[in-house]
Amino acid sequence: MPILKTENLSITFGGLKAVSDFSVEIEKNRIYGLIGPNGAGKTTVFNMLTGVYKPTAGRFYLDGEDLTGKSPIYINRKGVARTFQNIRLFGKMTVLENVLVGLHAMNKCDPFSSILRLPRYWRTERELKNKAHALLDVFGLDGEAEHISSNLPYGKQRKLEIARALATNPKLLLLDEPAAGMNPHETGELMETIRLIRDGFDMTILLIEHDLKLVSGICEEVTVLNFGTTLAQGKVEDVLRDPAVVTAYLGE
Amino acid sequence: MAFISSVKRTLKKVKWKRYTSYIVVGAWFAVLLLLDLFGGLNDTGSRLMMLAAVYAVLAVSLNLVVGVLGELSLGHAGFMAAGGYIGAIVSKALAPSLPVAAYFPVSMIAGGLAAAAFGILIGVPVLRLKGDYIAIVTLAFSMIVFTVAQNLDFTGGASGLKEIPAETNYINAFVVLIIVLVVIQNFTRSKHGRAIMSIRDNEIAARACGVNITYYKLFAFTLAAFLAGVGGCLYAHTATVLRPESVDYNTSIELLVMVVLGGMGSMTGSVIAAAVLTLLPEYLRFLQDYRMIIYAVVLILIMVINNNETLRRYKDRFFAWCKRALAAAWAKCKTALKGKKKAPAPAAETRETLQAPAEFTEVDETALDERERKGEK
Amino acid sequence: MEFLSSIINGLSLGAMYAMIALGYTMVYGIAKMLNFAHGDVITLGAYTVVIVSSTVLVPAINLPVWAGFIAAVLVCAAVGVLVEFVAYKPLRRASSLAVLITAIGVSYFLQNFFQIVFGTSTKNFPRVPLFNETWMIGSLPLNSGSFFTLIFSVLIMIALTFFVKKTQTGRAMLAVSEDRSAAQLMGVNVNRTISVTFAIGSALAAVAGFCYGYTYTGIVPTTGAMPGIKAFVAAVLGGIGSIPGAFVGGLALGIVEYLSQIYISTQWSNVIVFGILIVVLLVKPTGLLGKKRSEKV
Repeated sequence: MPILKTENLSITFGGLKAVSDFSVEIEKNRIYGLIGPNGAGKTTVFNMLTGVYKPTAGRFYLDGEDLTGKSPIYINRKGVARTFQNIRLFGKMTVLENVLVGLHAMNKCDPFSSILRLPRYWRTERELKNKAHALLDVFGLDGEAEHISSNLPYGKQRKLEIARALATNPKLLLLDEPAAGMNPHETGELMETIRLIRDGFDMTILLIEHDLKLVSGICEEVTVLNFGTTLAQGKVEDVLRDPAVVTAYLGE
Repeated sequence: MAFISSVKRTLKKVKWKRYTSYIVVGAWFAVLLLLDLFGGLNDTGSRLMMLAAVYAVLAVSLNLVVGVLGELSLGHAGFMAAGGYIGAIVSKALAPSLPVAAYFPVSMIAGGLAAAAFGILIGVPVLRLKGDYIAIVTLAFSMIVFTVAQNLDFTGGASGLKEIPAETNYINAFVVLIIVLVVIQNFTRSKHGRAIMSIRDNEIAARACGVNITYYKLFAFTLAAFLAGVGGCLYAHTATVLRPESVDYNTSIELLVMVVLGGMGSMTGSVIAAAVLTLLPEYLRFLQDYRMIIYAVVLILIMVINNNETLRRYKDRFFAWCKRALAAAWAKCKTALKGKKKAPAPAAETRETLQAPAEFTEVDETALDERERKGEK
Repeated sequence: MEFLSSIINGLSLGAMYAMIALGYTMVYGIAKMLNFAHGDVITLGAYTVVIVSSTVLVPAINLPVWAGFIAAVLVCAAVGVLVEFVAYKPLRRASSLAVLITAIGVSYFLQNFFQIVFGTSTKNFPRVPLFNETWMIGSLPLNSGSFFTLIFSVLIMIALTFFVKKTQTGRAMLAVSEDRSAAQLMGVNVNRTISVTFAIGSALAAVAGFCYGYTYTGIVPTTGAMPGIKAFVAAVLGGIGSIPGAFVGGLALGIVEYLSQIYISTQWSNVIVFGILIVVLLVKPTGLLGKKRSEKV
């Protein structure tokens, strides 16, 4: 059974069809690419899959469960986590705290135990801090755990955002242009990281990307969107050779 | 010796930054106790200290909304009023039949709960609104509370609620302040506090992390209201007459000024700012009419200097220079102290005279650090 | 009949709020700040009229009240620009809360300045010829002052709409309020535009101060505080940042306040006014005519 299955997912904003009939099936442990020119509706797809927008038509299933129209919190708890195109960290909090917010749902400590500092507080807090440090370690950020997150260099901010998303313990990770603003060296590093996440965390990844080198480097399958409609779908090598796709990207 | 060094090592491991607020309040309290023991604390003085502690409670609770949740509230005095009136009425009803130790906590909790009820009530529109609109709704709320207090019989109308038992003393005021600090800091330094701060920093990302925005906004608002209600109750028992004017819009503004000057999100800063802003005007009475205008000018100057990039750079340079000078002086003292261990008296004296300004710069620096750390980039 | 005259009086009160609210809303739209000192500019305007048209300034000559009016407009505009330059301009890139606290500082400063210069006692506003009469229209008694306040506000509204739509500076203001950095890139002088906005807003407050003066006659250092807050409410009610919104919000607030004073209770009218604000914001979170802005994810 595919981890993510969407059926004719569509959304209109005031008569404008932003995305129409978006259907994919993503198997477990895949790295799946979502590409297309600017304004093709890629981020809108992410917003529907995370509950920020409610689709006007169509459905989507995570691991067989229908999550269409559910709230962002519910969807997140069920196992969809994401990063954002323009990095959205908790800028005034430390690197460690950012990841701890990601672990929020896993911490079962009620407010009163926290205020009274009952044993439950110390236990849950210690467990989560260990988890957070372990996670930061994977991304090579543990040395900066106590730094304020907005002071990190750009590449590390991207990594932190991924670490925070992983902290919510997702089944499906959505990465919105993870390589945006990175130099070739950083992009190479990022590709390694993404592979590592897939293998180490047993993760399925859906990513939006403009960098075709990255897409052809790590994605197994890909969907091309153009003006909200699916232009092509399938194995990367085939899709990128598709004349329609080339036209969409490079013009006639 | 081994024991002392092991104690030293443990002390080094403690994250002192977490306890600055308790240390500051504890030291302040200790000074008061000593003064009182040696008869240096008269009635006016102790009343002022009580007021300072009360305003510290209120400022700290407002900081939970403004600094931690990041929403602007212009109506905090409304919660203070709710707590003050309800607490005072409960006290007046229970005073004849119960000992102080029994009814005072009860009236404080009653006041807190009443304010918390208002907190939930006003939290609902707050959830639907953003930014400056929240400011105006809280302002409207406190205006409504003010008008209601002015016109109801059981609140004593415009002349105020009178003959409230004068049960606040500086001891219970400081105990309450410490408790409130513990509650707020333990709360903010848990997953709940982190969730609230994540909403402040980026609501969309917080939601994507599974943080329940509605629940936490309402929780922060209600907890802040509860603590403000406790503060209001404490205030009522300090002033013994609760007039609507003492809990009006201007009080909300003063509390906000305390929070901002103390540093957003810094509870220690709020406590210090509340104390300074309550005590200083009293000691500046000789300035007469010019007192408030000087206050206004200083307030504007502080805000402009701290928030303008160019001016702030000059300020930082100045403080860095002060720090270096002090460090040099301190090093000199140390060598002098080591050189003639048998005559430490003069050295101690120089140290004292030097430390007074050091404390001031340090206070300012923490507030500044706080602002820079959490600062707007 | 009585109802009709209440409506007119309410409209006149609302017209005064509208003039102040226009200043609030323009400054908010363009400088993105809540200028809490705006209410005190009203007081400044009223005091200026009192001073100029008495024998204080020029001994032995009683300048006409209209000279005071013109002086008030000029003084307020100048002070508005000066305050912006000294206190707000250095904070262009600071958080909105920092600017708000600074504005509160300015408000404290002005109030205490008035107190030192004019004392706490009530200063009497000079009589304005024609403005303190009661006209009978049929059997309807009409306070001439109310009538003139309404006329003032309508004229101001027309002039302001024309100014914003038709002049270069007005269009620059619209551009800055939409997107400051884009406006700057298009060659709009942002600093100058903000200064002009403060000048206009403060001049409007001076007119409102004049209207307040001949309507209520007594001026104290905190005269402008309450009208200032009410006008702020009016601006938010209409949708802060929107010029027609401020006008509509001001008039609506005035009518509601006056009618509730007459027909319900003087003491409780504030509860009704602020209660309505909360209800309106609950139903329409951006005010009556405010634009909805949503954050892009």
